[in-house]
Order: sequence, then C-alpha cells, then structure tokens
Amino acid sequence: MILRYTFMRLLMLIPVSFSISVVIFMIVYLLPGDPIDNLLRVGSSAEDRAELVARYGLDRNLIVQYFVWIGNMFRGEFGEAIVLRRPVADLVAQNLPYSLTLGGLAFLFSSTVGMALGTISAVVRHPVLDRFMRGFILLGSTVPGFWLALLLILFFSVNLGWFPVSGAGGWTSLVLPVLTIGFGGVALVARVTRVALLDAQREDFVTLLHAKGLSSGTILLRHLMPHALLPVVTILALRIGWILGGAVTVEFVFGRPGLGSLLIRALGQRDYPVVQACLLMLALAVMLGTLIGDVAQASMDPRIREKKT
Amino acid sequence: MLSVRDLGVAFGAVEPLSGVSFSVDKGETIGIVGESGSGKSLTAMSVMGLLPLIGGRITGGTIVFDGQDLTKLPERAYRKLRGGKIGLITQNPMTSLDPLKKIGPQVDDVARLHLGMNANEARARTEEILGTLRIPEPALICDRYPHQMSGGMKQRIVIAMALAADPDVLIADEPTTALDVTVQAQIIRLLDDLVKQRDLALVLITHDMSVVAQTCDKVVVMYAGRAVEYGPVEAIFDRPRHPYTQALIACIPRGLDDTARLTGIEGTVPTVINYPKGCPFHPRCPRAEAICATDPPTFSVEGDSAAACHFAEVAHAQPA
Repeated sequence: MILRYTFMRLLMLIPVSFSISVVIFMIVYLLPGDPIDNLLRVGSSAEDRAELVARYGLDRNLIVQYFVWIGNMFRGEFGEAIVLRRPVADLVAQNLPYSLTLGGLAFLFSSTVGMALGTISAVVRHPVLDRFMRGFILLGSTVPGFWLALLLILFFSVNLGWFPVSGAGGWTSLVLPVLTIGFGGVALVARVTRVALLDAQREDFVTLLHAKGLSSGTILLRHLMPHALLPVVTILALRIGWILGGAVTVEFVFGRPGLGSLLIRALGQRDYPVVQACLLMLALAVMLGTLIGDVAQASMDPRIREKKT
Repeated sequence: MLSVRDLGVAFGAVEPLSGVSFSVDKGETIGIVGESGSGKSLTAMSVMGLLPLIGGRITGGTIVFDGQDLTKLPERAYRKLRGGKIGLITQNPMTSLDPLKKIGPQVDDVARLHLGMNANEARARTEEILGTLRIPEPALICDRYPHQMSGGMKQRIVIAMALAADPDVLIADEPTTALDVTVQAQIIRLLDDLVKQRDLALVLITHDMSVVAQTCDKVVVMYAGRAVEYGPVEAIFDRPRHPYTQALIACIPRGLDDTARLTGIEGTVPTVINYPKGCPFHPRCPRAEAICATDPPTFSVEGDSAAACHFAEVAHAQPA
C-alpha cells in the first residue's frame, strides 16, 4: 500500500516539475536589466553587444531558449556562468556542501530540540514552564535571524572568544550559524508539537486507552506521539526545502559560502544560468521535502494511504 | 459487587454531581437514565477513576468495589482494575479507537496487560472474543484499521476490549446512541446476553427509557446531577412517583396509528452554574408548588424504590 502511494506521489511530481521549470526559466526574463550589461566594457560598440548576445543564445525565440535549456538540464549541463565565466555545475558543487551541512545540522537541531521541548511543555503543564515556553516561542518566531546572528557573534565570538566571528573553516564556525537558524525552527517545531499533543490528548479514544488500564507513559509514547507527529512531519517537510535556501541572511552575516549567497550574487548580476540552476536546486529541495513528508505521513496514517490511491 | 454511595463530583468550585447512589450485583443490570447533562457520564468517569483526565475530582461519598473503596485507591492499583475488573464501553464508537493502529493490537493490549499473556496468546484470545461477539472472520478483522469498519462493528470491538480481561463489572455509557436503530437493538441484545452468560454486573447509561424497560433490573433516574428516583424497573414503570420519571416514560413512543404523537419534555436541563434552588426539576415540573422552589426534596422510600419529590406520596395517583 505504501509503495503504491509513493509511486502515485512520484507521478504527481512530473507536472509539478514541468511547471516549476517554466516558471524558473521565465522569471529571470521578467526582471529588468540583463547580464550583457555586466559584461560589456564601457564604450563597447553595438556590434560587440550583438556578438555577445548571439554567443549566449539570448537572441533566439524564448520558447527555443527554454527547450535548449531544459534539454541541457536533462544532460546535466547547467551551462557556463555569464558573468563569473565558470561552469555553473562547478559553482553549485562548490557551494552546495556548505548549504547542506549548515541546513542539515540546523534541521536536526530544530527538530530534535523542538520536539523535546514541545513534548515536555505539553506533558508537564506547569504554569511557570508554560509562560517560559510561550515567551521562548514568541521570541523564536519573531526575532530576525540576521539580528540574532549579530548578537550571538557579539557575545560568543567577540566577548567570550569561543567561536570564530565568521568564515567556514572547521566545526566551530558552524555552531553559531546552526544556533541562529535553528532557534526559529526550535520555536516553530516546539509550538506545533505542543499543540498537536494537547489536541491528541483530547481525542475520544484516549479515554478508552485509560479505561483499558494503560499507564499515562505508555499512552503518550505509543498512541499520542504518533498522532502529534503527523502535523510535526508536515512542518518539518516544509523546512527541508528551506535547508538549502533559507539561510541567505545568516550566510551573509557569518560570511559563509552557500547556495543562498550564490543566488543573491547571481541575481544582482543577472547571471541567468546561475540563477536558474540555484532556483532549480531550491525547487528540487522543496519538492523532495514535501515528497518525503507526504510519504512519511502516509506510512504513519493508514487513512492517508488509502485516500489518494 | 459495585456500590456507589452519595457520590459527589466537583470541577473547581462547581459541583455538577452530588448525592448519587446505586449498586449492582453479578448478573444484574442497572440503568442510569436522564437527559444529556444530567451527570450520567460523569458517574461513569467517577467509577472508572478517570475524573482527573477531564479536570474533575470526587468531593464526597464512596465507590465500593469488591470490598474496597475506590475513591481512596492509589492510581497504580486503579490501573489494574480499569480494563481488568471494570470494563468501559464509550458512547461514540467512531472515535473510540486509535485510528493509526490496527484492531488486533488494540484489543490484544488488554489481555497482555491484565492477564499477563504474550502476543500470540493475546491474539488467540482476541480472536476468540471477537468470535463470541458474532464478528465474522476475526483474524481478518484484527488486521484492519478502524476507519475500514462500520460503527456497529467498531462498537463490538470496543465491547471486545472491555471484555478481554474477563471483568466483573461493565459500564456502558450510551453504547448505542451513535448507532443506526437496527444496530442499536443488536448491541443491546448482545450486552443482555453477556450479562447472563458471563454473570456480569452491567451499568447501562442511557437516555432511552425503552432500553431500560427491555434490559434493566433496576434503574436510577438522574436529573441535574442528582438521583431523583430509583428502584426496581417494574416498580418504577408501574408506579413512577417523580414527575420527571413520569415525563420520561411518557416520552417512549408507542402505537403506530396517526393519533399517536411524539411527546417531549418542555425546556432543557439547567447547566451546572444555573442549578435552581430547591428541587432541581421545579422550573419544568407540571405540578410544582411554592415549596419546590425553596426546599430541596428528600427521598420518600416505598419498598425498594424511592423518589425525591415533595409530592411523591400522591404523584403516582395522577399519571402524567
């Protein structure tokens, strides 16, 4: 049943991918400005310009350009960066690992700590703890990452000297960025876990579980947690896509390379191939995230498995 | 077997239940009747020791089961009784099973917990019980999820869970309210058979007087968190002395000709914070007098039955 569901879910990705590729391809053309302007030396002639445009195929019909582009994508050829003059694949391969380690660690941090905090606050139900949790969640969901990053740098790097101020060398340089990104995630996951657990506790079947003589601990672990995890999985799945691209400001503050920084720089220079490749990676990550989330949910909930087949 | 005396329940400062008493023996069925909001389900929760779950606590009285007072029983010992000696059947079978778990394991839990069986023994017992509840192909059902079954079938599963550890007392809280009429009769008959076959003591909570008439030996009529009349079923139906009981009996539909009309009781049960002074029923009572609004009535005992009405002595003379 779960295999069938996964297969159907994969089929659904085909039209989604197509639409995404069209949007990604078109979106850069909607922006004002073009990369040739960045390449031309001041005082170049119109012929120079026309020659450059022809070299990158920008003079052809948009639809033709799209098919050339998508064909290249399928062959794994991301083309050459117009402004940076390097293969796009190299640029992506260079930046991707940084994004993956930072995003992946932040994801792990926010999901484990968030679920633990959410569970504790739902189970303990202590007024002081409750107020603390609510304050923490409010801060976590509202404090902007770049500002928190600066505060952390000021305190831990400048005053205490525990971690490097910026850069991407060694694990110590990862601690503060992971904390910065993870903080918001912890708050979000904790909130969702808490609410989901409290909701699950109010379900009718919980009364009957108690009436069977099961202990509260067993009920929590074997029955309430699976229910509470369903919405948590949804949130986490959405954040998987976020791993790659959500860290732009934090990358910037900590001076780390990454897909987000690459994208922002390429956007500024209208470097179409790079922008398109970055957007494609991000879109893939989001699609992969929701796919993983949906399959995980289906494996937990028999009702979902049956609904969509 | 089970004897409740003067039970009172409070949520914070409000006391939605007070002075409820009844008792059941093996092989006996007691009906607890009343409209929604009269405190029937709270009574069930109290006996199960599950009040803390909904934020309530017992303020007075005793619940004696098998010689021990359950109101003083520590939680750990209570857990052995729940599902072990006292089984509960809840109101809405559509939501009483964990939707993420298969039927088999949900029923197996009870035998594993209370009878110390391993997984295989428990499954064998589950299938046996499902068989006695006239569920076709028990092995197949064990491998199903709750949403794949009908309401009547789910209620049988809930009953199977309540029976799995061979309890002495079964508490059925409106076991048929959420079911189709045809299935209702089947479930009631099933419960009735179980009481006889297994020598169970059954506490049947319902708002349906006709169900009480069919299955119960004794009945407690509740109104606004209080028992207003109790006694053997024949006596109560022959000579109902409380106007509320009379009204409930009058509500049973009878006859099929066009002249037969459905009767109801004017008004609604007051909410906990609006419990009236004096007799709780007086605002809706057809024969209320000045005294009813000021003085709470005491029980007027007659044989095995009693009614809490100022006019209990004369009430039965004038059928409602």
